[in-house]
Amino acid sequence: MAANHPEKLSTTLADANLQLAIYAGTGRLIDHRKNAIAGDLLPDYEDLRTHANLLKKHTIDNLDYYLEQVEQNVAAHGGKVVFCNDGTEVADFILNLAKQRGAKLIVKSKSMTTEELDLNERLEHHDLEAVETDLGEYIIQLAGVKPYHIVAPALHMTRYDVADIFTDKLGIEREVVPEKQTMIARAVLRQKFLAADIGITGANFVVADSGAVVVVENEGNARLTSSAPKIHIAVAGIEKLIPRAQDLSVFLKLLGRSATGQALTSYTSFLSGPRRQGEVDGPEEFYLILVDNGRTKLLADPDRRQSLYCIRCGACLNHCPVYRKIGGHSYPWVYSGPIGAVITPQFHGVGKDPWLPFASSLCGACAEVCPVKIDIPKLLLDLRADVTAHKKEQGESKMERFAFQVFAWVMRHPRVYALGGRVAAAFGPKGGEWLSSAPWFLNVAPVRGWLSQRDLPPPAAKSFRQIWRER
Amino acid sequence: MSPQETSRNAMLSRIRTALGRREGQLPPPLPEIYLRPSRPNLSTFFACIERLNGKTFKAGSPAEALAYVAALVKGKSAVASNSTVLRDCGIAALEEVTCAGADKTVLRALCAESDIGISSADFGLADTGTLVMLSSHQEPRMISLLPPLHIAIIPENRIIGNLDELLTLLPAPVEQTSSMVLITGPSRTGDIEQILVRGVHGPGELHVVVI
Repeated sequence: MAANHPEKLSTTLADANLQLAIYAGTGRLIDHRKNAIAGDLLPDYEDLRTHANLLKKHTIDNLDYYLEQVEQNVAAHGGKVVFCNDGTEVADFILNLAKQRGAKLIVKSKSMTTEELDLNERLEHHDLEAVETDLGEYIIQLAGVKPYHIVAPALHMTRYDVADIFTDKLGIEREVVPEKQTMIARAVLRQKFLAADIGITGANFVVADSGAVVVVENEGNARLTSSAPKIHIAVAGIEKLIPRAQDLSVFLKLLGRSATGQALTSYTSFLSGPRRQGEVDGPEEFYLILVDNGRTKLLADPDRRQSLYCIRCGACLNHCPVYRKIGGHSYPWVYSGPIGAVITPQFHGVGKDPWLPFASSLCGACAEVCPVKIDIPKLLLDLRADVTAHKKEQGESKMERFAFQVFAWVMRHPRVYALGGRVAAAFGPKGGEWLSSAPWFLNVAPVRGWLSQRDLPPPAAKSFRQIWRER
Repeated sequence: MSPQETSRNAMLSRIRTALGRREGQLPPPLPEIYLRPSRPNLSTFFACIERLNGKTFKAGSPAEALAYVAALVKGKSAVASNSTVLRDCGIAALEEVTCAGADKTVLRALCAESDIGISSADFGLADTGTLVMLSSHQEPRMISLLPPLHIAIIPENRIIGNLDELLTLLPAPVEQTSSMVLITGPSRTGDIEQILVRGVHGPGELHVVVI
């Protein structure tokens, strides 16, 4: 695990303020979720999870059918679906459209998919101003960092961090009161909304039978982004599809409660195409960009497909003992926590960050809280097997494999095992001391690596076999 | 073939190969629709809105609703939609109120400057305290969004149970509108230290009047 592990991990563990921010932030989200599903508030919670899982399974198993259906239905309401393989194609489409329409300013509402595609960087490269409008996203965009958490992008920052960023980037007097900081952002961003040429949103759900996108939010920035500019572009991964508008209730009941403990968030927008004849306002053009960017690689294996059921509620992050220690930026990609550890290796290949599937205690909390019942621990185990197979192919970890071969041989030979026990008892440290570093004769790669993160209990004075014989 | 079409066809064919499906192959039957409509309850509706720091008022008549709105808009500027409910209350007669016209640009400027936006709502969902807003020629999107205070007036017979009942009554919202928005409480954020702040982009104050 030590090799290739980002430096961020050690700095996060050493930073007491950051540790407190992560622990308190995720802790509050845990409480909110618990209170929202407790007792008789949502008596059919388990039925809803089962049904959500069935619906996602059906959609992903027949994905091509629903993609074609949504394409037709978006077109029927005057919009257009654009299929893109990757971030380059998405950026090319938007840049081309912006050029044709003479657009300069883009407002964006929170979208993990566009974070994944590095869309802002790609657009800014071509002199387009792309402004994030979700408060947390706005703060981290000013700070120039990636989201720390799927639903709470600035989870790791304090009001004092925000004050520094606002003073530095907006040239205003230092302000440390969150209410006032929020109003500063409101004033700056209101002007952007009213001046913007294009609005880019994500989509929590893409509804196949309606040709509609559903956007869930609390601030109102997604409503403004989708309604104020002349052009609305929604960017979504192809896995965001659900078959029918009537399926929405199942997912909406689960999403808000799992993410922030809300029965429904402040605003849920169900948007289909440009404004209709007679409607006073709304965009004049609507595009739905459906992105692959590696997702189709996850489809071939019927078991691993379930990684694509994720509705990005963030509950698995909040409940993960590993995420709660190492934080969002220790993960190599924009998706952190257990779900990040599952999808990142499948998108990028297990060779890139081989430690990732091991960054879990397999305690199962993630699977227990997942609203769509993704078996995350099982997928992590499968990916660990992939990592090991990959290392074998690459001829890596020879010592580790040798050590396990020796271990396996010893376990198959009881007499050797018993002898080992006696030797350990005779030569091991006395007085019940735990072993925290390797003695000189064992100070070699696999043992040293093992002991760098674990202590070994002292050998017992009498082995179990000895006690058994003496009975 | 355009590059876009090439990407589209390549993606669909990758998906079919991975899933072992043929072009045009129908999916197996969908799982049954899971909807559990509940009974409407006005006191639940009000309690939910109040819990989210919204204000509520039960008006016995359109005149009472008008009086409530008149007190709120006094000395302020307000923009109102042209919905029948508002017309029946005589909201347009208040001197502080300007009615929305059909011009998008004018309306937007008006909404951006007004202190208060007054609209109707198509439905109220009792179980969550939610307003259901369908954008139309009578109800623009911006009135409930740009001004810092939003007043919604809704007839009592429009209060239904929950989201499941809405989707039973309205199985295909796209047939009616390009935009259906569910509003549950005022605009809020918790992005700085998870401290709740209202009115970040949308209205920070919400008043719901039921007639």
